[in-house]
Amino acid sequence: MRGINAVELTIVVVLFLVVTVMGFAASRWQGGGKDQMHLDEWGLGGRSFGSWITWFLLGGDLYTAYTFVAVPALMFGAGAAGFFAVPYTVVIYPLVFLVVIRLWSVSHVRGFVTPADFVRSRFDSPTMALLVAITGIVATMPYIALQLVGISAILKSIGFSGTGLAGDLPLLIAFLVLAIYTYNSGLRAPALIAFVKDSLIYLTIIVAVIVIPTKLGGWSHIFGAAATKFAAPAGAGVVLPATGQLGYATLALGSALALFLYPHSITGVLAASNRDVLKRNMSALPIYSLALGLIALLGYMAIAAKTKPIGTDGNTIVPELFQQTFPSWFAGIAFSAIAIGALVPAAIMSIAAANLFTRNVYKEYLKKDATPRQEARVAKITSLVVKLGAVAAILFLNPQFSIDLQLIGGVIILQTLPSVALGLYTRWLHRGGLIAGWVAGMVAGLWMVYEIPKLNPDKTVARAHFGGLGFDTKTTVYAGLLAVLVNLVVVLVVTAILRAMRVADGVDGTADTDYTAEREDPTVRDLPDPLASTPPGLAGQAGLRR
Amino acid sequence: MSTATTPPGDPATEQVAPHRSDRSPWNWLLLIPIVVPLLVPLYNASSPTIFGWPRFYWLQLVFVALGVATTALVYRMTRRSSTERRAAQDAIARDARNREG
Repeated sequence: MRGINAVELTIVVVLFLVVTVMGFAASRWQGGGKDQMHLDEWGLGGRSFGSWITWFLLGGDLYTAYTFVAVPALMFGAGAAGFFAVPYTVVIYPLVFLVVIRLWSVSHVRGFVTPADFVRSRFDSPTMALLVAITGIVATMPYIALQLVGISAILKSIGFSGTGLAGDLPLLIAFLVLAIYTYNSGLRAPALIAFVKDSLIYLTIIVAVIVIPTKLGGWSHIFGAAATKFAAPAGAGVVLPATGQLGYATLALGSALALFLYPHSITGVLAASNRDVLKRNMSALPIYSLALGLIALLGYMAIAAKTKPIGTDGNTIVPELFQQTFPSWFAGIAFSAIAIGALVPAAIMSIAAANLFTRNVYKEYLKKDATPRQEARVAKITSLVVKLGAVAAILFLNPQFSIDLQLIGGVIILQTLPSVALGLYTRWLHRGGLIAGWVAGMVAGLWMVYEIPKLNPDKTVARAHFGGLGFDTKTTVYAGLLAVLVNLVVVLVVTAILRAMRVADGVDGTADTDYTAEREDPTVRDLPDPLASTPPGLAGQAGLRR
Repeated sequence: MSTATTPPGDPATEQVAPHRSDRSPWNWLLLIPIVVPLLVPLYNASSPTIFGWPRFYWLQLVFVALGVATTALVYRMTRRSSTERRAAQDAIARDARNREG
């Protein structure tokens, strides 16, 4: 057992303190000085972020610390299949280019804070909205917990090897501090910290892709080492085996469809000040995908460098590679990049989950006449509870549980696609059909994921259930994509039946012009009095509803 | 289909909201960077290698550039006039001022 590396620890602690000060100061940044006790302020940063802030915020939000740790770990363990993260994050932006601007417009006209607000108003269905909210919260919670896995890989590499409370204490302190400044500053905190996070990440990657290959004898040697590792006995080396190709493409596509359905992505989108901001970001965000591709190859560098993970924790492979190839002071900076990289998405995710609970559970079912002030208070407290829950999940449950749940999270969040994404384009879908489709997709998705065994490298079964995402029929296909197809078929069939039977489909709370509204339009609500405590939908129509 | 959709009964919104459209033939270009990176046989091979990188890796990173170029082109070709964009900026500035005090 080696001791704690004092240089690395000092650098990480100092940068963590800098970020903490920024987190608290953020409450006064970007017009936040006045009053935080409003969800548009606390939960959406005043809906005022420009292109640069949005780029850093969404980049920090979508490309999490866990991604930066787990993707190279996957490359290290499984080879080419781990590279799916690149096509996944390439196809996503052209895919959502036209969709997010419609969501932005309708949300700014009607004062929606969450995707469930939109579904409630569009389809006049509090039930479907509740399902969207619950799906979002359940999918987000393990994602927050996983950010802790990223931090704990760093701590292990610095030399914290204690078990029990002493070993977990640094993690606990880090998350407690994060929880307090998120409570205080809301979405402005991660937006400001993201500047530091991404600067450190880019610095680390640029140095890593220059220094490490030079030390290891060039890229040919790195790919050669990986090819040797994955060649035996029947592997395909550094490309995909023939049977893995469809799984690769469907996993990339399915993950891309899922990503912008996650509540934390939508929170980042709604915080933008303008449609142009979003469109420009669809071109600018892929720079992170380039970085992610280079980060993924750190897994191969670790193979060439003969890096060994700490114990059985594969996620320590990148920290250990840095430990091995960088001087302590730069390893400290790289570790800070990953640790701070965990704080930004964890903050945004907890805010998104808090917004969902507040708007679609608390206000909808517990206290219908809640004032904006009460909403903000409930959201702030919920964000604390959510983070404590994530810490508890990591401390008291096997972290593998969170990893499995997060994999399933992509499958279940996809089931909100018909109501949230298609709903932006058509009102034809019936609320009854949407609910039936959600149930069918959920059952199908969970059943498939349950049926997938986890295999050892020699094809023996390591675990009978929840072993992965590739559903084996004749060839392997991403289970989430199959499940959402089931969902869509049921939505269409049930909608057709309900429409034929002339079952009432409620009042659409949005107008066609809402979806193309621009920032200067009179219909876009003036800040800061948007929600005014009317239910999401039409002001003054409350009596007509239900 | 259309009869089932109840139009919203908010006359104020109906009268003041400008009618716009996001439709444009340029949008079809977006299909290219969605479809091409999913055509696995296109890049699932080692040769040719560039700077020691097998095709599988360098070509997929080239697709990042394809995505950037396409979305940037579609944005440039479909964006509103500079007058309209300035109006949006003015609205943002106005709201920021209102918030200050």
